[in-house]
Amino acid sequence: MDLAEIIKPENLVYKKPNLLTNKTMHYCPGCSHGVAHKLLAEVIEELDIQEKTIGVSPVGCSVFAYNYISIDWQEAAHGRAPAVATGISRVNPDKVVFTYQGDGDLASIGTAEIMHACNRGENMVVIFINNAIYGMTGGQMAPTTLLGQVTATTPCGRDLERNGYPLKITELIGQLPGTSYVTRQSVHTPAASRKCKKAIKKAFENALAKKGTSFVEIVSTCNSGWRMTPVDANNWMEENMFPFYPVGDIKDAEKAGPEAFTKKN
Amino acid sequence: MGELRLMKGNEVIAEAAIRCGCDGYFGYPITPQSEVMETLMAREPWDETGMVVLQAESEVASINMVYGAAGSGKKVMTSSSSPGISLMAEGISYIAGAELPCVIVNVQRGGPGLGTIQPSQADYFQSTKGGGHGDYKLIVLAPASVQEMNDFVELAFQLAFKYRNPAMILSDGAIGQMMEKVELSDFQPRLTAEEIKARYGSWATTGKTADRDYNIVTSLEMDSAKMEHNNLRFQEKYRTMEEEEVRYEMIECDDADYVLVAFGSSARICQKSVDIARAKGLKVGLLRPITLFPFPKKSIAELAKRVKGFLTVEMNAGQMIEDVQLAVGCSGNNVPVKHFGRMGGIIPTPGEVAEALEQKLIGG
Repeated sequence: MDLAEIIKPENLVYKKPNLLTNKTMHYCPGCSHGVAHKLLAEVIEELDIQEKTIGVSPVGCSVFAYNYISIDWQEAAHGRAPAVATGISRVNPDKVVFTYQGDGDLASIGTAEIMHACNRGENMVVIFINNAIYGMTGGQMAPTTLLGQVTATTPCGRDLERNGYPLKITELIGQLPGTSYVTRQSVHTPAASRKCKKAIKKAFENALAKKGTSFVEIVSTCNSGWRMTPVDANNWMEENMFPFYPVGDIKDAEKAGPEAFTKKN
Repeated sequence: MGELRLMKGNEVIAEAAIRCGCDGYFGYPITPQSEVMETLMAREPWDETGMVVLQAESEVASINMVYGAAGSGKKVMTSSSSPGISLMAEGISYIAGAELPCVIVNVQRGGPGLGTIQPSQADYFQSTKGGGHGDYKLIVLAPASVQEMNDFVELAFQLAFKYRNPAMILSDGAIGQMMEKVELSDFQPRLTAEEIKARYGSWATTGKTADRDYNIVTSLEMDSAKMEHNNLRFQEKYRTMEEEEVRYEMIECDDADYVLVAFGSSARICQKSVDIARAKGLKVGLLRPITLFPFPKKSIAELAKRVKGFLTVEMNAGQMIEDVQLAVGCSGNNVPVKHFGRMGGIIPTPGEVAEALEQKLIGG
């Protein structure tokens, strides 16, 4: 069988989503961002909403998310993506707006913006990449860094007295009546990725149905920041992250509103 | 003749925004400008024109909402007062860096810090020299009347869109709070989605369609050569503004020996000071910069060739005086430039200004 025979439509079992651009990703090998981007591109493509989707990228490793998915993008200041998305969404109610934010961006410097946007129930999707570390700046402690976890600014491990507790912000978001769907997913196995894609799709369908804010946390690896191989990072995540950040739906309501409080957890 | 009303400066900002076809206002309460958002909320423009009005959780959020909405090609604005503008500095720098058009109203109060709620002009440096990080300029308009609070809203939007640059209306607590007769502008419709796509679709996030590549609104560029290129383009834009957009008013300067230079509230007071001085037989005029950036430096340099001195009158410790000194320095005729100011929310009286003129300049 030569190459020409292999490249036939009937032999096609997998292809890059059309919306993913051909730019080489700057993410480290093993990083979860690449998979998350691919799932996002697949969902936007399957829902056929390229023309009405506006993405807001954060400050952090995914600041360049706009290089990889062929939709209109705005790049926000650190932590301000939910406010930027609010502005876009409010004056463009026909558009589907999402933010893509890391844990430093969303759960530290941008805490006010994410809480208030979710509490107002802005009609938008939030993709929250939680890898428990600041990746782009070189592996410093994040608000989500686990107790005992070694980072560039907690060289002896995160210490409770010095650094306080890791923040379960997704559980807090689940308490806000403005959110209709709050879930925590991961992309470390094909099965997990499929579940995560379903969650992302539901979030975008909610935005199309004007169901307020939908929030998808993806517990992720940062093998470079964690100083591990990609495989070790996946194992470490399963052993250490999942017990503290359990995967699953936190809230799945028909619509946002006072009655849409947490069902689970 | 448009509709005549007796209104507060802050209320007029709101009314002018609705009438000029503004798409959205995002703000946070702060004295002495809270009437802007209060008036908008009471007017309920979402029913009348479809304009969005949103009370944000902070000034930080409101300026970033402006960033997002402006990035989609919409005509949007915010207003605040000095401490709130400081909080917005980050967002304003991003808006300038991403080259987005928007209008920011600063109804100044005295500082530094929490300062006072009384009027001040101490944000001159912050407004005209950047305010946030990086090399950027705002177009700065300084209204001296309630009428100009009306007129400058649409003017600021026109300039903001012409240059894809944030424009600031630098007012103060006196102009914001005082009531005057105002001739309101006629209503103009908001642009439709199709009009926005046709005008701004080359850069705004109107949604990626098959007829164009996708748009990215960003101030980020990691390649230093490209980032320098961006900076050079911004500087070229600012130079064009300096060539084409300078606005000022000259009052009784034709035969003047001495010229007061003042903007906003101070210029209103100085008009009376000119009368007082003229009654004493002193040939005094007033130059009122209307655009603080671009600054009317050429006109001041021209005046410097034939007058005996300048007195800047500002409700601050002496900020605009530096621009006047630079302009006079360029004239080749180094006549004295002095400053008279009050701070902390105190508004100078016409008499004190006339007295300062005699003491600091004429007698000195």
